[in-house]
Amino acid sequence: MQLDAASAEAIETPADGRSPDFVVFDQVQKSYDGETLVVKNLNLSIGQGEFLTMLGPSGSGKTTCLMMLAGFETATHGEITLNGRPINNIPPHKRGIGMVFQTYALFPHMTVAENLAFPLEVRKLSKADVEAKVKRALDMVQMGDGQFAGRRPAQLSGGQQQRVALARALVFEPELVLMDEPLGALDKQLREHMQYEIKHIHESLGVTVVYVTHDQSEALTMSDRVAVFNDGVIQQLEAPDGLYERPMNSFVAQFIGENNKLSGRVDSIANGVAEVTLDDGEKVSALAINVSQAGERTLLSVRPERVEIDPDESTVAHTVDGLVEEVIYLGDHIRTRMKVAGDDQFIVKTRNRLGARKFSPGEKVRVGWATEDCRALDWLEG
Amino acid sequence: MATTMDQDAAGGPLKTADGTPLKRKLAQAMFVSRMRALGLVAPLLAFVLAAFILPVIIFMFRGIYDDTYASRMPNTPALLAEWDGVSEPTEEMYAALVKDLIHARETKEIGRVATRVNREFSGARSTFTRSARRAQRLEAPFKEALIGVNDRWADIQLWQGMKVAAQSLTPAFYAAALDHKYTGTGEIIAQDEERQIHVRLFLRTLEISFVVTLATLLLGYPIAYLLATLPLRTSNLLLILVLLPFWTSILVRTTAWIAMLQSQGVLNDMLVFIGIAPDDARWSMIYNKTGTLIAMTHILLPFMILPLYSVMKTIPPSYVRAAKSLGATNWTTFWRVYFPNTIPGIGAGALLVFILAIGYYITPALVGGENGQMISNFIDFHMRRSLNWSLAAALGGTLLIFVLFLYWLYDRIVGIDNMKLG
Repeated sequence: MQLDAASAEAIETPADGRSPDFVVFDQVQKSYDGETLVVKNLNLSIGQGEFLTMLGPSGSGKTTCLMMLAGFETATHGEITLNGRPINNIPPHKRGIGMVFQTYALFPHMTVAENLAFPLEVRKLSKADVEAKVKRALDMVQMGDGQFAGRRPAQLSGGQQQRVALARALVFEPELVLMDEPLGALDKQLREHMQYEIKHIHESLGVTVVYVTHDQSEALTMSDRVAVFNDGVIQQLEAPDGLYERPMNSFVAQFIGENNKLSGRVDSIANGVAEVTLDDGEKVSALAINVSQAGERTLLSVRPERVEIDPDESTVAHTVDGLVEEVIYLGDHIRTRMKVAGDDQFIVKTRNRLGARKFSPGEKVRVGWATEDCRALDWLEG
Repeated sequence: MATTMDQDAAGGPLKTADGTPLKRKLAQAMFVSRMRALGLVAPLLAFVLAAFILPVIIFMFRGIYDDTYASRMPNTPALLAEWDGVSEPTEEMYAALVKDLIHARETKEIGRVATRVNREFSGARSTFTRSARRAQRLEAPFKEALIGVNDRWADIQLWQGMKVAAQSLTPAFYAAALDHKYTGTGEIIAQDEERQIHVRLFLRTLEISFVVTLATLLLGYPIAYLLATLPLRTSNLLLILVLLPFWTSILVRTTAWIAMLQSQGVLNDMLVFIGIAPDDARWSMIYNKTGTLIAMTHILLPFMILPLYSVMKTIPPSYVRAAKSLGATNWTTFWRVYFPNTIPGIGAGALLVFILAIGYYITPALVGGENGQMISNFIDFHMRRSLNWSLAAALGGTLLIFVLFLYWLYDRIVGIDNMKLG
């Protein structure tokens, strides 16, 4: 274990005594077939007590990363350290990492209490300790009223099974808990409720959580930071607000939240602002985020709620023509789909406030936005 | 159809909108579909009834009923039934016997009767046939006349044997199947030591079945695990290898084992070649119990693997992962999480193999030799050689009762609902 000394040095201990490098992926690569990389050169540090979400479409490598951390997959290249200790060669059962599975993986032949006692029994805790901890864990997930402990998992509802799975992953007090799409099988209402509950448990226990999901609203709701995965690469790693408001590339802009994309070509870049000619000839200016030179193809990103219809010319940088195609009433807001610069999927969200203007299909309007709300990003086909 | 439910069921039975009780309406509605379903299975039902259940019942009946004597000897049975089995046979009985002997000789059935009595009293056959030939010429007093023909007629044991044979509804065969003897005086006593064979054979059958079940489980479990966990293409290939024996005749498989295991066979040649067995004392692995065990284990292996496989296939890999993430070692994971989930498969496989093994016939007949024979080989012997069908029926019945008992035991211990065949 000569690695220990070297890596122990690398840990910087901040004021609150919590390591910012609790989990470190260092140049990790993973390939299953020796021909393609599922995870390409992953570098990621997760702080102690952090709630980090790996978000991405299926096949983006996020689950593979989680499995490597849990020890069920081995990294083809690179090193993963946990609390300064390299764990590549430590078998899963010695890592002491709690895990919640998408299918819950509750043992069907054991009762709820036996399921929870399992990690404690394999750690050879005394019977009294086991009982006390099981009870506390059940209380924590609000299943402590006694009627559940003796039941089999099959006698529980999906939400209850999920709580038990959560309690089982936490009962042996791991410092790190991994969750692999744990809410995927629940209905929408329960899912949202559980999001808050998991968030609260995380806050009260101070445990580090690595959470994998493909649901972006789930990621935004729960996380301290979100790592957006695509194609085996972290596209952007940021807090939820930054991710939504300041996407650094077109994939992130489109994956997180609703996004209007307008294709065009860069005319010039000056002081961080790019002048762009849209495909239909209109000229707009945008923040030059992911463009480097004039003549480049670019996708502009504008959030639907930052667009104003028939705005006061003084409040926006410029306006372009729009043709209303469809109006959808959603109660709290109204979505207006229109054709802007040749793209008929341009969405505008307006608050349904008193005196809000109603549009009808076929109406010609002007739409405008501030330069800061329009980001010139990389060109992405399709 | 008006089957809307009566909503204001104030305690009374639910009724449909037109007032008929819901239950009756439902039964009417179900009747047609039930009849249609019955119509579909009717041919099979008739076939099973005629070709399986009925013969089984008839044959089971044979185990407790044999009228070979009573139907061919019209006069003696009534007298024998009255007789106490201890006192001296009377002149009346001798006279009736002579009449019966004449009758049986005329109808040419004396051979069968003689054979039947011979089972109860050895040597009775020649006494009967010889006396029948002379019966025509005998004159009263018949007692002295018969004893004059053959002095065995003075032996009370022969008469006791006749008393047992003359009784059509008899526990004699079941008693014989369990190495006991039903005597003329109505007692059931243990068979002589050197004639006890069936219980030992039953026990050996049980032992072989048990060992074969255990062996198939130990051999089949890892294979089933591989089948369930390997990538699809590899596991399909493996599955074909498992199923391959199914597509080969059982005779071919058994004779293949003869070629493998006999003293000049492949395995012995190899053992001699690598020096494990000396050439002049090759291992005897066939025509004995070892041969029966090896061949039966091989033939019955798929019946263990398939139920195990089908159960293991349904165990999500996340169980094992969860157990490991919770800190369990590989062994603990297997023993406390994986294994308990395979018990339905083990139960199904073990029950299947055991019940198949307990009635196994061809393989022990071919490779069993002297001490590798099982009870079914003996049933076959009585069916085809000794023609003692009633004893064969009693042996079969005993086996059937025993299997049903095991089934009941299994249901009590493991629960039959717990069984998964596929």
